[in-house]
Amino acid sequence: MKKLLIGAAALALSATMALADTVRMGTEGAYPPYNFINDKGEIDGFERELGDELCKRAGLTCEWVKNDWDSIIPNLVSGNYDTIIAGMSITPERDEVIDFTQAYIPPAASAFVAASKDVDLSSAVIAAQTGTIQAAHVASMGGATLVEFATPEETIAAVRNGEADAVLADKDYLIPIVEDSNGELMFVGDDVALGGGVGMGLRESDTELKAKFDAAITSMKEDGTLNAMIKKWFGEDAAVFD
Amino acid sequence: MFSYCSDPSTLDTFRWFSCYLTNGVHMQFYLSFLKVLGLLAITAPVALAFGFLGAMAARARFAPLGWLGRGYIAVVRGVPDIAFFLFFVIALDQMFEWLRHKIKCPDWTEPIRRGNDFLVCPQAKLPLGTSPEWVHEAYAFFLAIITFALVFGAFAANVLFGAMRAVPRAQLETAEAYGMTRRQTFWRILVPQMWVYALPGLSNLWMVLIKATPLLFLLGIEDIVYWARELGGTKTPRFTDFPHPDWRMWYFLFLLVFYLAFTRVSEIVLDRVMRRLTHGQATMGGEAQRKAAA
Repeated sequence: MKKLLIGAAALALSATMALADTVRMGTEGAYPPYNFINDKGEIDGFERELGDELCKRAGLTCEWVKNDWDSIIPNLVSGNYDTIIAGMSITPERDEVIDFTQAYIPPAASAFVAASKDVDLSSAVIAAQTGTIQAAHVASMGGATLVEFATPEETIAAVRNGEADAVLADKDYLIPIVEDSNGELMFVGDDVALGGGVGMGLRESDTELKAKFDAAITSMKEDGTLNAMIKKWFGEDAAVFD
Repeated sequence: MFSYCSDPSTLDTFRWFSCYLTNGVHMQFYLSFLKVLGLLAITAPVALAFGFLGAMAARARFAPLGWLGRGYIAVVRGVPDIAFFLFFVIALDQMFEWLRHKIKCPDWTEPIRRGNDFLVCPQAKLPLGTSPEWVHEAYAFFLAIITFALVFGAFAANVLFGAMRAVPRAQLETAEAYGMTRRQTFWRILVPQMWVYALPGLSNLWMVLIKATPLLFLLGIEDIVYWARELGGTKTPRFTDFPHPDWRMWYFLFLLVFYLAFTRVSEIVLDRVMRRLTHGQATMGGEAQRKAAA
């Protein structure tokens, strides 16, 4: 019994010492190439690579956590994980609830994808993921009808099976899907610029952690590794930082 | 898994599937079946215990206990499951953390609620921020069991409450005539006889519980429906060695077969239990058994 107690005390002690250094990174795992689950069942993608590099530069131990997009912000503020790194665009509405680091992806275009060239976007039924800037944009378009889905995958499926005429999503997400669709899907209309770039979300009270990640992002911007990483995952034509 | 899996694009159909169905994500899919079965195996008895306590409280002669029991049944039965799962779990988790915070960090001066944030001292976090991922998952699983048990316990309490009243009054009067105390009458006469009245209602609850497990994903536990949706979704060759079109239909078909098979097995088992419980009872079923034997 005594040994057990000592062991428990040692465990508790070592836990307190390491406390400051473990950061839990929350992501969705359903939005390639930003983040997705690979064949091994691990979280993979641009944000996985970026997050691991940022943690290394900031001297933090990071652990990855998967969470549903719908409840990704409530679970952050109630402390189930410490950051959101899930392709989340910086918007004023979100900024009221949580804080963002500086952008690690510059403001990128969103695009419409449809199954035929002659979709009239001004009166079409347009799919978007719930709680995204794209959904908000479609809702403000006037003539178009918004249908929302819980996952990005379902928005594409809705266009394929005719439930929606078009889908609005981040262009970087749509490019691989269009290219691999054997001509079934195509870009229509003009791209739209939405949001203030993609940043990492943190609790408003977590200013220290925010400063650490901001510094790490700055150092990656300065030595060019961030731009190289963006090109690796999003293609040579992707928007990069100057 | 197999040695020939390094480049699946060159394989014939059979080998391709043998690799595809044994890769890491599929292993997690299979594991989630065990998770769901484990959850059911633990939740069902716990919920039954909650129900039994609830029913006992609801028929207690001590009035406040009676109100508590009836209040529990009424409130939990009245709130939609999904609202309960979204609200209650976060509240329960925050309550645990708040209690630990009060005990472990008495000299913490900063407020716990800061705007939208809920912040307790790092030592009071549940589980600790430093704990490995499996501890977090076990904790989420534990919260899920409590929540499921509370919700289904309320329904079970109502069923048991009704079953206790259905036991023929004559049985209880006879017990009293023999000089049994109230407690003896309850445990020796009422409880053994009530199950036959409770079982149809309880078996309904069990069937509903089996199918309620997708609510698990709301609690951050990756259940079978989550994985079926994730695995069935279109996979482009850029991010996987196993590209395929939208196969969700096939995955959900598999789930359909699983659920149907599971409920069928449950029905068979419940029928057997019913036959046993009916034995020697003053019900139509019991009478039929007696005549058949005689």
